[in-house]
Amino acid sequence: MGLFDSLLGRSRPAKADLDALFGITQAAFTLEAAIGLRPTGVGAVCYRANEGAAFATAEADLQQLLDADGGPAVETSHDSYGFTSLVCRQPADALSDLVTELHAVNQTLENNGFGPSLLCSVVGFVAPDGRQVGVVYLYKRGTFYPFAPVPGAERRDNAMELQVRGAVGTDLRIEPELHRWLALWGTPALA
Amino acid sequence: MGHTRFRNDPGLTARMGLVGFLLVALYLGVVAALIAYGLPTVFVVVIAVGVGWGQWYFSDTVAMKAMRAREVTPEQAPELHGVVDRLCALADMPKPRVAVADTDIPNAFATGRSPSHAVVCVTTGLLRRLDADEVEGVLGHELAHVAHRDVSVMTVASTLGVLAGLIMRWGLYFGGGGRDRNNAAVFLAVWVASIAVYLISFLLTRALSRYRELSADRAAAYLTGRPSSLASALTKISGDMARIPTRDLRQAEPVSAFLFAPALNKQSLTALFSSHPSLDQRLAQLAKVSGDLGRQV
Repeated sequence: MGLFDSLLGRSRPAKADLDALFGITQAAFTLEAAIGLRPTGVGAVCYRANEGAAFATAEADLQQLLDADGGPAVETSHDSYGFTSLVCRQPADALSDLVTELHAVNQTLENNGFGPSLLCSVVGFVAPDGRQVGVVYLYKRGTFYPFAPVPGAERRDNAMELQVRGAVGTDLRIEPELHRWLALWGTPALA
Repeated sequence: MGHTRFRNDPGLTARMGLVGFLLVALYLGVVAALIAYGLPTVFVVVIAVGVGWGQWYFSDTVAMKAMRAREVTPEQAPELHGVVDRLCALADMPKPRVAVADTDIPNAFATGRSPSHAVVCVTTGLLRRLDADEVEGVLGHELAHVAHRDVSVMTVASTLGVLAGLIMRWGLYFGGGGRDRNNAAVFLAVWVASIAVYLISFLLTRALSRYRELSADRAAAYLTGRPSSLASALTKISGDMARIPTRDLRQAEPVSAFLFAPALNKQSLTALFSSHPSLDQRLAQLAKVSGDLGRQV
């Protein structure tokens, strides 16, 4: 947003960058080779449901689109902050299908004019010892960051997160400002 | 990139620009008139600009002290921080500090000289009365003030107004006093002129403030995607505010006797002097945004 726009009091909603999400398929190879993290085949898009009929229609279209492939039904869940997560499931070895599905969600919302309402998407990974790590994509920044919750407590496994950052730093644009690594407690992508 | 549902309000921008322009023009006009008159006004200008700068630079500290607000950490207020975190991620802006003021009056404010020094503050009364969606709407409104740099804009605007009034008063008084024998008449003229300049600049500043409130409402509505939650928050806040009288009991009634009333509608007069737009006006704008968001494409 330009200084001029802000002085005139007409800040525009930030646009979402959708395409960088595909970079995650490449990063998945690196993650497995370097620290043994494998994709779980579960991913989620987190967005802000707007009020009004137009958004409800867009959401219904999404459900139809995603259920049309005959795979497991998509689930939606709502968090206490008023955001909605749409959960997509694909076989664990079909990461590129999962990313395509997530991209379809983004594209549908954006085509309906709701691109600015996209918050983040999460792709689930699992370590050999069973710990879950999410790779989160921030649409507005076009950057990724790892999120590794410690089971049973609202704490993050920072060591694991930094390890992931080190491993995929060359494949993905990692969010440089650590305070933007938003915690997503209870995200359905990491069950 | 796809389209978004965001709609500018060119009329609002134009009105805001016009008011800002008039403020600067008023100031420059006064300065030009006095320079033509042959006066060293530099001294006055330096002092007034200095005071304005101080107000701007220390705005966060001063406002926090005045409201007895304390900054809260993510551990102390996880929900509040969670909401601000998400809104900032949606809007792609740096996260301001978060503060809570311990008073029962439902209110919120944003302050700080720049987005990186900003603080958003809510009162405990606000948190008690509003539900999560409404609090989010209010925080969106305050974050819009931060993004629009409203502290800077309004400080500059009000400093310009004060400056214009001051320069007028000093300039005419000293300048006129030297040449003219008729001291009483000069004094009266100076008095009337400086009051007129101050009144005009005051009205302009207030108008600018009202437009910027409307802008912030609009930005918040698009950011959260829920204009109606902000609308219901505004209704609750202003309803509660209205029950707590702001005017001193002793000056409440006699004053209206001095207004040359019948011609002037009391409500429109209040609107002219107020720093916030009327509730009806704000609700009407939010209803329009809600319509735009809900329209099928």
